[in-house]
Amino acid sequence: MSWLHRVRKGIASITKRETPDNLWHKCPKCAQMIFTREFEDNAHVCPKCEHHGRIGPKARFHALFDEGSWTVLAQPAVREDPLKFRDQKRYTDRIKAARTATGETDALINAKGKIEGQKAVIGVQDFAFMGGSMGLGVGAAFVVGARQAIADKCPYIIFTAAGGARMQEGILSLMQMPKTTVAIAELRDAGLPYIVVLTDPTTGGVTASYAMLGDVQISEPGALIGFAGQRVIENTIREKLPEGFQRAEYLLDHGMLDMVVHRHELRATLAQLIGYLAPGKKAA
Amino acid sequence: MISYLDFEKPLAELHARIEELRETGESGSINIDAEIKKLQAKADKLQSDLYAKLSPWQKALVARHPDRPHFRDYVAGMVDDFMPLAGDRAFGDDQAILGGLGRINGQRVMVIGHEKGDDTASRLRHNFGMAKPEGYRKAIRLMELADRFGIPVVTLVDTAGAFPGIQAEERGQAEAIARSTEACIKLGVPMVAAIVGEGGSGGAVALAAANRVLMFEHAVYAVISPEGCASILWRTADKAADAAEAMRITASQLKTLGVIDRIVAEPVGGAHRDRELAIDNLKNAIADELKSLGNVSPAKLRQQRRDKFLTMGS
Ligand SMILES: [Zn+2]
Repeated sequence: MSWLHRVRKGIASITKRETPDNLWHKCPKCAQMIFTREFEDNAHVCPKCEHHGRIGPKARFHALFDEGSWTVLAQPAVREDPLKFRDQKRYTDRIKAARTATGETDALINAKGKIEGQKAVIGVQDFAFMGGSMGLGVGAAFVVGARQAIADKCPYIIFTAAGGARMQEGILSLMQMPKTTVAIAELRDAGLPYIVVLTDPTTGGVTASYAMLGDVQISEPGALIGFAGQRVIENTIREKLPEGFQRAEYLLDHGMLDMVVHRHELRATLAQLIGYLAPGKKAA
Repeated sequence: MISYLDFEKPLAELHARIEELRETGESGSINIDAEIKKLQAKADKLQSDLYAKLSPWQKALVARHPDRPHFRDYVAGMVDDFMPLAGDRAFGDDQAILGGLGRINGQRVMVIGHEKGDDTASRLRHNFGMAKPEGYRKAIRLMELADRFGIPVVTLVDTAGAFPGIQAEERGQAEAIARSTEACIKLGVPMVAAIVGEGGSGGAVALAAANRVLMFEHAVYAVISPEGCASILWRTADKAADAAEAMRITASQLKTLGVIDRIVAEPVGGAHRDRELAIDNLKNAIADELKSLGNVSPAKLRQQRRDKFLTMGS
C-alpha cells in the first residue's frame, strides 16, 4: 500500500466537513493556496514548496506502520496538576481544553506495530497538546514506550515536537529530563536501537534530553530544532540570527543530525535502518 | 560592605544608624553604647525574622546575591590539594564550568561546578556561570575520568541556565546537556550534587542527576526563571513573584516533592553574611553523604539513581 493511501486513511477520521472556510489551505511558507483535501492527501506537505506541516500521532501511525499491524498503547496514569498550578488560568482548565481539542490525554502517544514486517514501538509527541510540552504524562509515556520496546525486543522510535518543558508542572517537568534519559539507558542495556525523528518544532528541555540521544538522529526538512528560543538568543546577544538558524538543514551542516528525510521517505528509511540495527529481530 | 536586597531596606536603615552612632558618638559614652546595643539586638531580630519567612521570590534574589560564595570559594574552603583540570578535548575550555581533583576530609573527589565570578572581569571570564557546550563536555570528560578511577563525583550547581547564543547552538548546546545528564546517570561511583545558588533549568540538571541532591536553605531550583515563566504565562515579567510562588522553587518545597534529599542550613541572613560558616555547613553535609555512599557497589549506585528519577513525582 502506498504512503498516500495510508495517510489519507489516517486523516479521514479527523477531516472536517468541507466548508468554504476549510476548503483551501494557505501554505504558511510560500502562501500558495492548496485544496485542503490535496494537502491532506500529500501528508500535510505543501506540493509547491515541500513545507512540512505539523501532524499528530494517529496520522503518523497510519503513515508508518503496516496496515492493521498496530495498536495504541494505554496511557500511563500520572498525578494530575501536582503543584495545583494557576497562572492566568488554572492548569487543570488548560489540560481540559487540550484534551477536548485533541481527543488525547497528554502530549505523547505510543503505538506498537510493524514497519515493513519489522516490529517497532513508535512514540509521537503532539504539538497540538499544550505545545507538546513535557510533564509527568509525557515522561511516563516515554518510559512506557521504551519498556514496551524492551519487552518486544524491538526499536523505540520517537517523533519529537515540543516547545519544551511544561512550566505548570515546575521542577517536576525538569525532572523528566533525567527520567527519560534513564529509559534510554535501559534500551541501551537491552541492545535495542533508539531512533529519534525530530519534527517541527523541537526546543528547550526536550531537545536537551531524549531528542538528542538517539543512536541515529533523523529530522524532517525545515524543522526548527534548538535549545534556546530565538527571541531569547536575540535578546541576549543583540544580534540578528543567521539565515536558516536552528533549522534541520543547519543542524545537519553542524554535525548534529545523521540525515534530513522527506516525510514521504520516512517509512522506507526507518524500515531500512531497523533492518541494519535490529537484524534477526524481524517478526515472522 | 555588604549590598542589601530591596526587601532588606529596613535592615539596611538600622545598620546605617548603628554605623552612624559608632562614628559620631563619643567613644565610651554609656548612653550611646546602650543605644547601639539596643539597635543591634533589634537589627538581629529583624534579620532573623526576615530570613525565617522569605518568599520564594525573595529566595531567588538571595540565591543570586553577588556576595554569595561561588565555586572557587567553596573549593578553597572545603577541598584540600585541589588540582584543576581543563578542556573538552574538542573545542576549548569553558570557564563557566570548572572542575578538578581534590580531597574532602581525606576522601578523593572529582569536584565540578558552575562559576559565576565575583567582579566584572571574572564575571566576563566565567560568562556569569552560563556554560556553553564545551563546558558540559568538559564536565562529561571529568565524570568519565572519575568513574574509571573509582573517584566519587561532587557537583556544585549555580547557574541561571546554559548560555543562549548562536555559537552555543551551533556546537550543540542541547546535545551537550543531554549527554551530561546521561553521564551522571551512567556513573558507577557515588555522585553528590549540591544546588548552592541558582539551579536554572537544563543547564543545572545536567550536573545534578545524582544519587543525593543537597540544596542550600535559600537556594532555588526551577525549570525556568521566575521572570521567564511570568513573561510566558502571565505575559509580563513583572509577575515574577507570582510565578516564583506557583512554580515551587524553594528547598523546603522541593524536599516535600522528593526532588532533593537534604537541605543544608545557611547562616542567619544568608550564606553571603557568613561565607565561612556556609561553606563549612556544606562541607559537612557533602562529607556525610559521601560516607554513606562509600560502600555501595557500582551496580547499586546506578540502580539507585535510576529508580530515584524513574519514580520522582509519581
Ligand atoms: Zn508551500
